[in-house]
Amino acid sequence: MNARYLKHRGDALWLAALVHRLSGLALAIFLPLHFLALGLAIQGEARLQSFLRWTDQPLVKFAEVALVFLFTVHLLGGLRILVIENLDWRDGQKRLATLAAAVSAIVAFAFLVRVF
Amino acid sequence: MNVRLYIWQRATAAIMAPLVLVHIAVIFYATRQGMSATEVLARTRGSVAWAAFYGLFAISASIHASIGVRNILDEWLPLNERRAGVCAIAFGLATALLGIRAVAAVVLP
Repeated sequence: MNARYLKHRGDALWLAALVHRLSGLALAIFLPLHFLALGLAIQGEARLQSFLRWTDQPLVKFAEVALVFLFTVHLLGGLRILVIENLDWRDGQKRLATLAAAVSAIVAFAFLVRVF
Repeated sequence: MNVRLYIWQRATAAIMAPLVLVHIAVIFYATRQGMSATEVLARTRGSVAWAAFYGLFAISASIHASIGVRNILDEWLPLNERRAGVCAIAFGLATALLGIRAVAAVVLP
């Protein structure tokens, strides 16, 4: 593809849109699995407890940290879209998108500290 | 995406924004406490408030996610709009049913 058609892909707001879409896709894949896990409670507390103990593994905890990041970045990215579409235009959208990523990273790091 | 789906996606996003904030707080709280299944269920079972909160959350998330999945299937895969719509509806219904089942599992006494 001609390079001039790909130039926009280095733009911070294009990256923000891509992050919003990919985080949404990852959360959509996770959502039914999350519901299935919670549904284990139908089989009794012991079954749910057994699953919760499985989630104590370090690899699962790292995956949870990643999910907290994706959840937060999707929330903040979505709020930015709702504000753009429903309120008056405000300059500094690239800064807001970067701030959303930074806040999400901080929230995920705070969660990382909590789980380990 | 047509106007109807656009409105549904934005409306569910607006509904979920405060719910997500509360859910993140719940995740942090539950993690800090290192809660067991018994402790979690003791807080949720019989609670109308948690049933309403997570019931609304699960339904909104299922609608929101299925519309997003439809857009991705339509734009990124060689599926026509009708097939993308059928797949998204199937995904949304399955997710909503699993969501209602999950909420029932943790709130029904």
